[in-house]
Amino acid sequence: MALSINLTVNGEAVTKTVEPTCLLVDFLRDDLQLTGTHVGCDTSQCGACTIHLDGQPVKACTILAVQADGAEILTIEGLAPEGELHPMQAAFAQHHGLQCGFCTPGMVMTGIGIARQHPDADEATIRRELEGNLCRCTGYQNIVKAVAAGTRLMTDSES
Amino acid sequence: MFRFDYHRATSLEDARAAFDAAEDGVFLAGGMTLIPTLKQRLAMPSDLVDLSGVEALRGITLEGDHVKIGAMVSHKDVAKSPNVRDAIPALAILAGDIGDPMVRARGTLGGSVANNDPAADYPGAVLGLGATIQTDRREILADDFFTAMFETALEDGELISSIRFPRPERAAYVKFHNPASRYAIAGVFVAQLGEKVRVAVTGAGPTVFRHREMEQALERTFAPDALEGIAVDAGPLNSDMHASADFRAHLVKVMAVRAVVQALK
Ligand SMILES: Cc1cc2nc3c(=O)[nH]c(=O)nc-3n(C[C@H](O)[C@H](O)[C@H](O)COP(=O)(O)OP(=O)(O)OC[C@H]3O[C@@H](n4cnc5c(N)ncnc54)[C@H](O)[C@@H]3O)c2cc1C
Ligand code: FES
Ligand code: FES
Repeated sequence: MALSINLTVNGEAVTKTVEPTCLLVDFLRDDLQLTGTHVGCDTSQCGACTIHLDGQPVKACTILAVQADGAEILTIEGLAPEGELHPMQAAFAQHHGLQCGFCTPGMVMTGIGIARQHPDADEATIRRELEGNLCRCTGYQNIVKAVAAGTRLMTDSES
Repeated sequence: MFRFDYHRATSLEDARAAFDAAEDGVFLAGGMTLIPTLKQRLAMPSDLVDLSGVEALRGITLEGDHVKIGAMVSHKDVAKSPNVRDAIPALAILAGDIGDPMVRARGTLGGSVANNDPAADYPGAVLGLGATIQTDRREILADDFFTAMFETALEDGELISSIRFPRPERAAYVKFHNPASRYAIAGVFVAQLGEKVRVAVTGAGPTVFRHREMEQALERTFAPDALEGIAVDAGPLNSDMHASADFRAHLVKVMAVRAVVQALK
């Protein structure tokens, strides 16, 4: 039986009817056309689908849309106004933290989570916290540099 | 996914009622195992009963020399709990090394223990500490709980509400990670509880088990050298694309020695 859900997505209230089998990632991509959140695997391992649910990075491919009823969702599209970049996005651009870009939305969302929870994150912490995000292109070196730089930018701009 | 209906329970009674009313219901905790299973069409429940709104399944409390953890407490919250870190640091470290940060934010103690994946970490701590599983109808001792691969003593519809862990004198958990999934290829939980020592092995066999010979040796002397002459029998251990039974047997010994060293720190 389809259910009605109310949630906030990138600051806007959304009310929709969804089937219980609908994954949150499919709801975001297909119902709301927020296609910045990617699907890279079928096994909950790659992290390309990472979004924030009530401020916490989670894998949107492993959550049902109905489980997000009442929640506050932030996707890559909600990070900065049109034409501007969030400090973490700017750091990825500056440090060449992407090649094909497929994993990047998930990396940026996880990176912001790292900056919030570990404002003093060292390289080992960043690598450990990125365990749930896979990249097929970069070899991670520049992703780690970008997250470190983005964390510094975020900490500086918030203090 | 096959079609199913979804209910968000607001209390234990509500969860029970929704489960009983369903033709083939299943509880949904963090969904980190159940949702991948549904996506792969390996299960076809008629109804999902979401436990996330049941307040009674939350919370971590100190009860004398025990720590009681609600079934719906996430791995992340166990890892950062001051009570757990103080009373049973090995348990906090174990929880903080399950999967990845996103999995730890959603996955729960109750879901992991009910699922009894042979490669899961928590069964090691539950059996290694001799914890008690509280369900909606009875208490089950860890020694009676894990019956076979993905099988437990839980009856159909029986709900884990919390788990009580005794505070050990010392304990440690060391695992050899599967580099892709972070699950245990072999993990050993060692705990000294008064005169008794418990050694639980996860990841290596069809289900978590105790290694009595190591326990007796460590009861005589709690030191890494005490394990020197002990051979781990590869016979009952798992062989798969990740590791052979012989390699797992070797790893069990190495992890056990490391766990004792760690526990003595
Ligand atoms: C990428 C990835 C990596 C992982 N790595 C690890 C790892 O390194 N180590 C590890 O141990 N685990 C790992 N896991 C599994 C993870 O810890 C799961 O969270 C856990 O196994 C299941 O918990 P859950 O809360 O998500 O349960 P769910 O998936 O919601 O449920 C699992 C099963 O338990 C039942 N259930 C849930 N709660 C209860 C309850 N209170 N009473 C009775 N039955 C209940 C459900 O009906 C279902 O059958 C990993 C998972 C993923 C996706
Ligand atoms: S698409 Fe979600 S983890 Fe791969
Ligand atoms: S940049 Fe291509 S997958 Fe990461």
